Amino acid sequence: MKVSEIARLVDAKVFCDCGEDTEIRCAFACDMMSDVLAFVKNQAVLITGLVNPQVIRTAEMMDIPCVIIVRGKEPTPLMLELAEDSGITVMNTKLRMFAVCGILYNQGLPADTGE
Amino acid sequence: MEDLHLEFTVVPDDFTRAGEVSGKVKKTLKDLGFPPLVVRRTAIAMYEAEINMVIHANGGKITVTINPDVITVVFADSGPGIPDIGLAMQEGWSTASEEIRDMGFGAGMGLPNIKKSSDYMDVQTELGVGTTITIKIFTNP
Repeated sequence: MKVSEIARLVDAKVFCDCGEDTEIRCAFACDMMSDVLAFVKNQAVLITGLVNPQVIRTAEMMDIPCVIIVRGKEPTPLMLELAEDSGITVMNTKLRMFAVCGILYNQGLPADTGE
Repeated sequence: MEDLHLEFTVVPDDFTRAGEVSGKVKKTLKDLGFPPLVVRRTAIAMYEAEINMVIHANGGKITVTINPDVITVVFADSGPGIPDIGLAMQEGWSTASEEIRDMGFGAGMGLPNIKKSSDYMDVQTELGVGTTITIKIFTNP
C-alpha cells in the first residue's frame, strides 16, 4: 500500500512528504518506542499517539519510512526537521489509534508479525 | 580498508538529542556500503544503549571501531552502575521514571534488545563507578 493511499484512507494531513509513492508492507501501532525497537522487523508504517523527537529517531533506526500520528496531535518543529533529514514521511489524523488500525487492516495492510 | 575509529560524547539530561550519535553512525555505515541488516542491527543496539546513557548514567562516551568484518562499539559511562545485571537482562524489568515512560521508553527492553541485536555483548559494571558495555556486530554472519 502506498503512503499516499494510507494518507487518503485515514484522512491524514501530511506535514513532511518524503515519498508518497513509497510502498508500505505492514503496520505497527504503539506508543512505547522501546517496544517499536524490540518488535518491528519489517519496514512498517508506525501508528502512534506519542509526540516527541524520539518517535522520529526510533523510526530512523528501524528504517520506518512513514509515521502516522493519531488523535489529532501535532508534530513538533524538531520532529519535522529530523524527519526531513532522515527522509521519513510524517502525517497526522484526527482518528484514534484503533480506528486507524481498523481501516488500514480492513484495506489489506497486515500487521508486522516480527518475522 | 583500515579500521575506522569514531568517538562521541553523549550529553546528559538532553532527551531531545538522545539518538544523535546512533543516527550519525548509522549514516556512516550506510555510506560505507554495509548490508542493510548489519546497519540496522548496529543502529538498534546503539540507540538503546545511548538512550540508557541519557536516562540512567548522565551521558558518557561512545567509541566505534569499524572494520570490514566486525563493528565494535564501546559505551562507557560513570553513572551509578547496575545493581543486579540478571534482573536488568530480564525483558520488562525497568527502573526508569514515570517521566521517561511518558517519553515512550522504560519498557524494560533495553539490555535484552542490545543483546538480541548484536553478536556479542559484554557488560562490566560497578556500583558508584560506572558501566562499560562492549558490543560486536559481525558483518558476514
